[in-house]
Amino acid sequence: MSTKTVNAPARPGAGVAVHQKNADGGKRPRRPGGSRLSREGGFASAFSVNALLILGCAYMVLPVLWLFFAATKDTADLYGTAAYSLGRFALFENIAAVAGQDGGIFFRWMGNSVLYAAFGAVLGGLISVMAGYAFDKFQFRGKKTWFAFVLLGVLIPNTATVLPMYLLASVAGITNTVWAILIPVLCNPFGVYLARVYSSSYVPDETLEAARVDGAGPIRSFFSLGLPMMMPGFITIGLFQFVGIWNNFMLPLVMLQDQQLLPVSVGISIWQGYSIPQPEFSPMVITASFLSVIPLLAAFIMLQRFWKSGLTAGSVK
Amino acid sequence: MATKSRTMSGTGGRTAALFLIPFFTVFTVAMIAPVIYSLVLSFYAQQKSGLGFGGAKTSFVGLENYLQVFQSETFTGGLGRLALYCLLYIPCMVGGAVVFALLLDATVARARKLFQLLVFLPHAVPGVIAALIWAYLYTPGVSPLVQALESGGIQINFLDVHMVLPSIVNIAVWEWTGYNVIILFTALQAVPREILEAARVDGASEIRTALSIKFPLILPALSVIILFTVIGTLQLFTEPAIISKATASVTSTWVPNLWAYDAAFNRHNLNQAAAASIIIALLAAGLSLAVTRLSSRMNKA
Repeated sequence: MSTKTVNAPARPGAGVAVHQKNADGGKRPRRPGGSRLSREGGFASAFSVNALLILGCAYMVLPVLWLFFAATKDTADLYGTAAYSLGRFALFENIAAVAGQDGGIFFRWMGNSVLYAAFGAVLGGLISVMAGYAFDKFQFRGKKTWFAFVLLGVLIPNTATVLPMYLLASVAGITNTVWAILIPVLCNPFGVYLARVYSSSYVPDETLEAARVDGAGPIRSFFSLGLPMMMPGFITIGLFQFVGIWNNFMLPLVMLQDQQLLPVSVGISIWQGYSIPQPEFSPMVITASFLSVIPLLAAFIMLQRFWKSGLTAGSVK
Repeated sequence: MATKSRTMSGTGGRTAALFLIPFFTVFTVAMIAPVIYSLVLSFYAQQKSGLGFGGAKTSFVGLENYLQVFQSETFTGGLGRLALYCLLYIPCMVGGAVVFALLLDATVARARKLFQLLVFLPHAVPGVIAALIWAYLYTPGVSPLVQALESGGIQINFLDVHMVLPSIVNIAVWEWTGYNVIILFTALQAVPREILEAARVDGASEIRTALSIKFPLILPALSVIILFTVIGTLQLFTEPAIISKATASVTSTWVPNLWAYDAAFNRHNLNQAAAASIIIALLAAGLSLAVTRLSSRMNKA
């Protein structure tokens, strides 16, 4: 009963279908707008609505833009010139400083982040998709109870289980190894929930029934029919998983001590610690932050279709 | 029995198990087992022998750790701070998202696709980096914000003891508003056009339509957003952890998560850290359940 609301916006088919129709933003046939402009006091209201939208977007964009401008400045200009102006263009020197610090450990951190996030996105995504598919397509005893466990997993915040995980991992002796990160990132209850929604809206029961009549076993039908049909859902789940792992801070902070194993989020926070007493470190910290944001920004811009569908199918996190 | 298992082939328990075992294995290893282990740990305590020499003895202490956690002023202070944070953050973020989504859905809005992308931009910035950017934007000397306010005759120290909580709220608002705008905007786009058309024919103004027709229709989406926001606020860790390096106003026990971290890694009291983690998890589960109940009642009404 408590699951009711969680389910509401993602009624099988409803959410995803809506997304497909509106995948490209405001492209749907608009309500007759042109004729209303004159009737509604027209220009003034159009102006104020759009002005407010621009104001809101400015709040969202300016801090990111600041990061870009600041990354191009040396220490003197960072503290000496106006924030949104170009000083002496020192971006490449800053990048060189980032690359040179501690023997190029920054790129190692980036590589670690990519490894952890890609591993979790692909393998963790597949695990979630399989489970979600099973919850949608198979009948078995105790289905409701098992799914309640999944929802419980959705409701407990990540950070509440990080310390318990650390405590258990230290007994198992795997703290400060990659396993301390790679095992937890496979667990994505929300992915299971999403996959169930995708499965019921993308994979028609008739197709599976036809495959069964033709003699295909359930595993074969999953890999040759179900999974390809759910591919957009798989990509969406994987994308959110990737971003979640890339952004994760507390888990690696708690689990890892070896600098060589850190993901970029924790690495940069260590550098930030240096820059407080020594402001000359600031351009390096800022440039490193800027570099670490680029892959995610690129992914989000290129994969717009997928994250929008993920948000629609059940409002993530 | 034989015929049954044949007709059920492919949909039976055994195949389902094959698909579910990987997930429930990681779920057990990464969630259930840690929580159970912490629960056990939270009932024990390490007691040093008289002079502090020799090995520490582990003994069962019942609820002693929980009592100590709740008696700790820093922990209850952190809980209070977290409550205040929720009271500021949830209305600001959710309210902002609703207003922005309604504006975006107004008939006169232009360039919707671009606005959607821009408003979502902060979500692509990791929490650590977001906190770091804002830490600079709060620091006099570097910050264009502080400078602009000063030239307007306003002197604010964003990082002092009183301002630091709203300052952290602002970081979270910045990170999450756009994300929720997209969810609400999609819900708005699904509002049947006939209803809006009927309202228009009846002479309802745009603002009136937004408030009395569109808003009630997106309430289900809104309740899900509130649920996930509540869960999210209890996670508060990254932002204060980063900001704490830039100012002494954020102590090492500022919110419950930081308190638990501090207990484990600075005070080396793993049993207390376990108890605190259990308290946070229970609080989260309880709160989410309450929000779910409340919103399902609201939606029925």
